Amino acid sequence: MDSPLLRRLRRDLFATPLDGLISIVLVVALAASAAGLLHWALVQAQWAVIQANSTLFAVGRYPLDQQWRLWLLTILLAAATGLSWGLLRALPRPDRPARLWPFNDRLAAVLLAGLALGLPLLLRLGTAIQLRWWVITALLLLARWAAGRWGRRIPDPVRRWIPLIWPLLYLLGMVLISGGLGLVNVSPSEWGGLLLTLLEASFAILLCFPLGVLLALGRRSALPLLRWGAVLYIEFIRGAPLITLLFLGQNILGFLLPGGLAPERVWRAAWVLTFFAAAYVAEAVRSGLAAVPLGQLEAARSLGLAMPQALIHVVLPQALRVALPATVGQFITLLQDTTLLSLIGLLDLLGTARTVMANPAFLGKNAEVYLVLAVLFWGCCAALGLGSRALETRLNTHSTAKA
Amino acid sequence: MALLRRLAAALPLLASLALVGCASDDGTIQSQKLSAIKARGSLICGVDGKSPGFSFVGPDGSYSGLDVDVCKAVAAALFGDPTKVDFRDLNSSERFAALASGEVDLLSRNTTYTLSRDAAGGNGLSFAPTVFYDGQGVMVPNASGIKTLKDLAGKPICVETGTTTELNLADRMRELNTAYTPLKFQTGDQTYAAYLQGRCVAVTSDRSQLAAKRTSFPDPAAHTVLPDVLSKEPLSPATVNADPAWADAVRWTVYALMQAEEIGITQANVDAKVAEAKASTNLADLRRFLGVEGDFGQQLGLPANFVVQVVKAVGNYGEIFERNVGTGSPLKIERGLNRQWKQGGLIYSPPFR
Amino acid sequence: MATAGLPWWRNRRLIPWLVQAGVGLAVLVLVAFLVTNLVRNLTAAGLLLSWSWLDNPAGFDIAETWLPFDAGLPYWRGLLAGLVNTLRVVVLGLVGSTLLGTLAGTASFSGNALLRSLARVYVEVIRNVPLLLQLVFWYFVVFLQLPNGSAAIQIPGLVLAKSGLYLGQPELVNGVWQASMRVSVEFGALLTGLVVYTGAFIAEVVRGGVAAVPAGQWEAARSLGFSPLQTLRSIVLPQALRAIVPGLNSQYISLAKNSSLAVACGYTDLYSVAETTLNQTGRAVEVVLILLGSYLVIDLTISALMNGLNQLVQLKER
Repeated sequence: MDSPLLRRLRRDLFATPLDGLISIVLVVALAASAAGLLHWALVQAQWAVIQANSTLFAVGRYPLDQQWRLWLLTILLAAATGLSWGLLRALPRPDRPARLWPFNDRLAAVLLAGLALGLPLLLRLGTAIQLRWWVITALLLLARWAAGRWGRRIPDPVRRWIPLIWPLLYLLGMVLISGGLGLVNVSPSEWGGLLLTLLEASFAILLCFPLGVLLALGRRSALPLLRWGAVLYIEFIRGAPLITLLFLGQNILGFLLPGGLAPERVWRAAWVLTFFAAAYVAEAVRSGLAAVPLGQLEAARSLGLAMPQALIHVVLPQALRVALPATVGQFITLLQDTTLLSLIGLLDLLGTARTVMANPAFLGKNAEVYLVLAVLFWGCCAALGLGSRALETRLNTHSTAKA
Repeated sequence: MALLRRLAAALPLLASLALVGCASDDGTIQSQKLSAIKARGSLICGVDGKSPGFSFVGPDGSYSGLDVDVCKAVAAALFGDPTKVDFRDLNSSERFAALASGEVDLLSRNTTYTLSRDAAGGNGLSFAPTVFYDGQGVMVPNASGIKTLKDLAGKPICVETGTTTELNLADRMRELNTAYTPLKFQTGDQTYAAYLQGRCVAVTSDRSQLAAKRTSFPDPAAHTVLPDVLSKEPLSPATVNADPAWADAVRWTVYALMQAEEIGITQANVDAKVAEAKASTNLADLRRFLGVEGDFGQQLGLPANFVVQVVKAVGNYGEIFERNVGTGSPLKIERGLNRQWKQGGLIYSPPFR
Repeated sequence: MATAGLPWWRNRRLIPWLVQAGVGLAVLVLVAFLVTNLVRNLTAAGLLLSWSWLDNPAGFDIAETWLPFDAGLPYWRGLLAGLVNTLRVVVLGLVGSTLLGTLAGTASFSGNALLRSLARVYVEVIRNVPLLLQLVFWYFVVFLQLPNGSAAIQIPGLVLAKSGLYLGQPELVNGVWQASMRVSVEFGALLTGLVVYTGAFIAEVVRGGVAAVPAGQWEAARSLGFSPLQTLRSIVLPQALRAIVPGLNSQYISLAKNSSLAVACGYTDLYSVAETTLNQTGRAVEVVLILLGSYLVIDLTISALMNGLNQLVQLKER
C-alpha cells in the first residue's frame, strides 16, 4: 500500500489535515463544475450559431468570390511557419544541444494535427473546407519536417536571408487582403471577424515596436526637448483609457484633418492602437535600457562608435533582450484590446459576434458565442506567450552557455 | 537578434504601404460632396447593421433592409448600380459625428427627424423625406400584468443609449411623475437580450422595432406592446446641412421611390413604362418623371434617367416596404401611417415638375 | 571645445540642438496644422469650442447614482454623477482585486499541489482572454441567470435577485425588491469582471514579489518554528511588498482605465454618460477633453497614493 503514487498524493494533497480538507473541497467543486460544463456543452448548448456563421466569424463580409486570396495567404503562412519552425530546430545555437524533435515539438505537432482534424469536424464545416484545413495542416507539418531534416544543407548565404520571408509575406498578405497588383480591391469596411482582429493586432504590433523603442530612447535622451516630448507623450497616452482614444480617433480625427484626408475607419483604429501600444512598449524598453550598465555605452563610444551606432549595435541588443517578456506581454494585451473595436462599431471578432447575436435566429445564444471567442483568444494569446518564452531561451546568453 | 534587426529594417516599408492604403479618399471639400462621391465611384452609407428589417448583415455577409435599400437607391441614382455602396456600421452615439466629419456621405440609420438635429445650431443635419413613420412604444411580458406607463413605477426599463427613445422616456415619465430605472445599452441586441433574460420588465423603442423584435422572440405571444405612444418618430435619411445640392439629390431620390409607387411603376414594369413613355408624347408627366424629356436629372446633378435606375435597382417605396418590413416579411408590420396619401397614409411626394 | 577647425555639421555641441530644434519645429507645425483644421472644421459645423451647454438640462436619467440626479438637472451634474459612479467601481475594484490577487499569488506557493495548479490555471486563463469578453460573459451569461422576484436567493437580511443585491430588510413590493441598500447586477458584473481580471495580474505581481524574497528567509523562519502561513504573513510578505507595490501601481491604473468598459454591461459610468451627452449635444471635442482630463486626474491620484505607500514600505537604511 505504499506505492510511489500514493506517497506523492499524500505529499502533494494531504500533507496536513487542512491541506486534505482543501483538496477534498477543491476536487468536489472541480468535478461538479466540469460535469456541469460538459453537460451544458454536449446537451444544452446549440452550436448551430457557430456553424451557420463560421465564415462571418472568420473573415466578416469579405466577398465570397475573393476568398481564395485568404486561403492562399493561409497556405503561405502555414508553409512559412513550418519552414521557420523546422529551421530553428535544424540550426540550433552552437552552444546548445541539437534536438530535431524535442518533446514539446512532438506534443505541438500532435495537438495541431488533432485540432485540425477535430475542430472542423466538430463544427460540421462543409467537406470542402474541412479538406482544405487538413491539407493546410499537413503542409505545415511537412514543411516543418522537411526543413528540420534538410535545413543544415542550405548554404549559409541563403540561410541568412530566410528570415526576410516574413516581412515579405506580410507585404504580400496586405496586397492579397486589400487588393492591388491586378487583384480586385476589397474595401476595409468588408474585412471582419478574426481576419480584422489579427490584421489590426499584427499591424499595431509591428509598428508600435519601433515607435516604442524610439520613444524609450527619447525618454532617456540627454536632449531636454526630446526627453520631455517623450515623457509627455508616454504619460498622456498611459493616462487615458483606450476606449476614449479610439473614440477620439473615430469622432474627432475627421475634424483634425482636411476634409476626406482622414484614413479609413479600420486604419484609423489600427493607428490609434499603434500609438497607444507604443507608449506601453516604450516603458518596457525603458526598463530594458535601464538594465544595461552605463559602461557599455561609454565603452562603445570610446571605441569610436557614433551615438546611433553605439545604440544600435551595443545597447539596444542587450536592452531588448531584457525587455522581451514585458514587450510580448504588451503585444498580448494589444491583441486582447482589439475587442474594444466592437465598441466603436467595427466588426472585429467581438463586433461580429454582436451582429450575429442580433440575428433573430440566434437570439440569446450568448454563452456559446462568448465561449468560442474566449477559447480562440486564449489560444492566440497563449501561443504568443509560448513563442515569447521560446525566443527568450534562445536569446538568453547566460544560463546555458558552456565554456 | 539578427532577425529582429531585419524586421526593424523592413518596418518603414510597411508603414509606407499602410499610408498608401489609407489615402483612398480624395481630398475634395465637403461642399462638393456630390462630385467627391462620383470621383470615388461609390457611396459611403452609414447604417445600423444590427436591426433586422432596416439594416442587417446576413450569414453570407450581405446587407439588407429598408435603410439599406435607401442607400442602394441613392447609389443607383448616382451610378446606375446599387452595389456601389460601402456600408459602415455606426452605433447611435457616433452617427452624427461620422456624418459631420464627412466620414459617411449619407446616414440611413433609422434616425428620428427632430428640430435639434436639423437646426444649424444643433447637430446641423439636413433630413431627406421620412421613409418610415413610427412612434415610440413600450413592450412588456404579458405575465407582468402591466397595462399602462403608470404601472412601470419603480421598475427597470431597458433602453438603447444615445437615442431619442431615451429622452422621450425621461420626458413622459417626468410628466407622469413616475420614478423608474433606465437600463441603458449601447446596442439593440444587448437591450433585447437583457429584456428577454428578464432584467427589465419593459423595453422601449420605436413600435415598429418592438413588433419586429417580438416576431423573433421564442414566444412572441407572451409579449404585448402597450397602447401608449410616447412620441412621434419620423425616421429619415440625413446628410449634412453644409451641402444643399447633395441633400437635394438624396431628397428627390427618396421622393422618386414614393412617386413611382403612387403612379404604379414597379421594378417589374419599369422598362415597359419607359417604352410606353417614349412611344407617346402625350404622357408628359410620365416622360418627365422617367427622364425621357426634360432635365430633372441634370438639375440635381444626377443622370437624366435616375428614376429608372433607382426603380430598376430596388423597386418603388411600396415594394421596398413589403420586402423588408411588410406583412410578407418576418417583421409583419402593417403599412399604417406609411400608406400612400391616396390610401390615407402620410407617404406623399411633391410633384416632379 | 575645439570648434575652430571643424565644419558646423561636425560640431558636437551644435548638432543636438539642431536636432531638437528640428523636432520641435516639426511638432509645432503639425500641431498648428491640426488646430487650424479643427477650428475651421468646427466653425463650419457650428460646433466651435464652448462650455455653456454644460448648464443645459440633460434630459436623460441615470439608473443608479450616489449623487441625486434626474433629467431636469444640467449636463455637468450628469457627468459628475457618472464620475462618482466610476469612482465607486474603481475604489471597490482596487480593494477586491488586491484581496483576490494576494490570495491567488500566495496560493501558488501553497504546499497543496491542487491549490497551486488552480492558482496557475486561474492566472493563465484570465490573462489570456480579453476583459471586454469577460465582462459581457459575466453580465449576460452569469448575472442575468439569477432568479427573479420571489424566486430570488434569500438569506435573512440579504436578497440576491436578477435586479441586484439587496441588503438591510429587503421586501418584495409589487414584484420589485426594495431595501435600504441596493447594488445592481450591472455594477456587480462590472465589479466582478474587473476584480477577476485585475486579480490575475496582481497575482503575478505578488508571486514575483514573493519569489524575489531569498529562500533563506523561508528556511530561517521555519527553523525558528514558524508555520508556513506564519512565515508568509510575518516574514515574507513584508519583504515582498517592496517589490510588489511598484507593480501594483500600474495594475491599479489599468483597473481605473478599464472601468470605462462599463458600457458593455449596462452600468452608467462617466464614459457612458459622456457618450449620451455627446449624442445629444454633438460636442465631440469638449466631451473627449472632459473624459481625458477626468481619467488623467484619477490616474495621477492613484499614482500619488501608491508612491506614498512605496516610500512607506521601502527599506529604511540606517
